Amino acid sequence: MAWFKRSTAGVTTSTEEKLDVPDGLWFKCPSCKASLLSKDLKANKFVCTQCNYHCRIGSAEYFEIIFDEGQCEELDANLTSGDPLNFTDTKPYVDRLKATQAKTGLKDAIRTAKGLVEGEMLVVTCMDFDFIGGSMGSVMGEKIARAIDKAREMKCPVMVISKSGGARMMEAAFSLMQMAKTSAKLAQAGEEQIPYISLLTDPTTGGVTASFAMLGDFNLAEPNALIGFAGPRVIKETIKKDLPKGFQSAEFVLESGFVDLIVDRKELKSKLAQILRLLKN
Amino acid sequence: MIFLEFEKPIQELYEELDKLKEIQEKGKADVTKSISELEQRIEKERKELYANLTGWQKVQVSRHMERPYTLYYIEQMCSDFVEIHGDRCFGDDKAIVGGFASLEGRTVMFIGHQKGINTKMRQYRNFGMANPEGYRKALRLMKMAEKFGKPIVTFIDTPGAFPGIEAEERGQAEAIARNIKEMFMLKVPVICVIVGEGASGGAIGIGVGDRVFMLENTWYSVISPESCSSILWRSWDYKEVAADALKLTAEEMLKNKLIDGIIPEPVGGAHSQPEVMAQTLKQQLLTSLAELDAMSAEKRIETRIDKFCAMGEFHEA
Ligand SMILES: [Zn+2]
Repeated sequence: MAWFKRSTAGVTTSTEEKLDVPDGLWFKCPSCKASLLSKDLKANKFVCTQCNYHCRIGSAEYFEIIFDEGQCEELDANLTSGDPLNFTDTKPYVDRLKATQAKTGLKDAIRTAKGLVEGEMLVVTCMDFDFIGGSMGSVMGEKIARAIDKAREMKCPVMVISKSGGARMMEAAFSLMQMAKTSAKLAQAGEEQIPYISLLTDPTTGGVTASFAMLGDFNLAEPNALIGFAGPRVIKETIKKDLPKGFQSAEFVLESGFVDLIVDRKELKSKLAQILRLLKN
Repeated sequence: MIFLEFEKPIQELYEELDKLKEIQEKGKADVTKSISELEQRIEKERKELYANLTGWQKVQVSRHMERPYTLYYIEQMCSDFVEIHGDRCFGDDKAIVGGFASLEGRTVMFIGHQKGINTKMRQYRNFGMANPEGYRKALRLMKMAEKFGKPIVTFIDTPGAFPGIEAEERGQAEAIARNIKEMFMLKVPVICVIVGEGASGGAIGIGVGDRVFMLENTWYSVISPESCSSILWRSWDYKEVAADALKLTAEEMLKNKLIDGIIPEPVGGAHSQPEVMAQTLKQQLLTSLAELDAMSAEKRIETRIDKFCAMGEFHEA
């Protein structure tokens, strides 16, 4: 029941919110508090059957949802973070990395795979929020760059699924430069007419939004996802006013003109396939 | 003269100097010798002090209220400046300025953050925090420079892109993202200089160039030391520690190969002798432009992309 831990740990649901039943059988919706059978939730692409809340899921779940029969080949699986600045805050960055790797079973905050979507080849690179808030460090920049290069090599579309608080502060300016690196690769791919699909999920903020996530030929978003440059707390502190209801939701960003379409996760695969077919034929 | 906290010892010497000068003026005694001795001592101490600034102290120098800003540099280095306003879409952002100017007879497109020189102007310039229309104006000007084959120079000095409701509505993230991507493909030479604060996306939004320089006492990172302290240490009290941890000084940025060079400041910081600073900056721009002229547009673009793509440190098992 790996998905259960991933979609809940430390993000939207605390352990207390889980129902007191045998492991992973029940799930309490963080939005409407309905109790759902975990197998029903999974069958519904981790979208609440009662209120349509899109649970936060990771790369494994997205790959399963997107690729035909869930079959895909992971790429660049062995990249791990360095510690270029020898960074220590309340604990050393290397220790934080090790602990997070042990806890999540992931190597960093993003994984890449290639596979077929209704028969069309697609390279997908997808963030894992559980890994230091999906933060962007050198590994994320490099893996996105390589995913784009792979798509250029195979002459197929590339997709980035974002779920990130933004920059990884422990890599400071190295993190900042990943905004440039990924955008450079997208510029190159653009010249070669490689389609790029960006899916913004809850949450997508900071340097991730201000680089590749906003640069899609198609900017897709999941319903009600938080999408923004500055985080809501920072904005509130700056302007010293309450924020309007629904501010920075996917729907708000669509109305502002920066997201092309909102896609329910249950229709994600078919919508993707539609786009891929339209571009190909 | 406004002194920073760490300049206290020098401030005291200046006060002493003022007293001596007063004595001299009133003709009470001949203190010429003492004055010149004291002046020498001030210079010596200032030099020592500035040779060993910490990260946090450099952050303070970079924010000094008397520091020269974009418009000053353009005025000092160039003639025939024609400022161009507006993004032809929403409005004119006062936190980013730009226009053509003549640098030693050559037309260059200058674009830069602009902070205000007094309380009223600081507000007018929104403290150098641009809105999306600022980044879109910048891109419009860059595209125009490209159209007419003129090189681009950007001056970066911002505490960050503005985090506001309207900025979000008008696509702050999209504006910055687009600039970064488009700057890679510009056919003309692009030189970027951090002249004050280089904070995060707001900085790199006009910061992709064939040459990226930092003035000696500036900082460039993904977050300010104060915000970093508040997020990672959950307290505002660790800004000095955060400044060190972020390795945000010109020296460390060059060591990490994240910038191409450091432009020295006069002793005491750019604000102590702004004319000297402007001349040093001008010489560096002329040198770099000559180097970049010698390359083809294709070669420049390729090198620009390769340089940024090499940034990052990771292991591969
Ligand atoms: Zn629900």
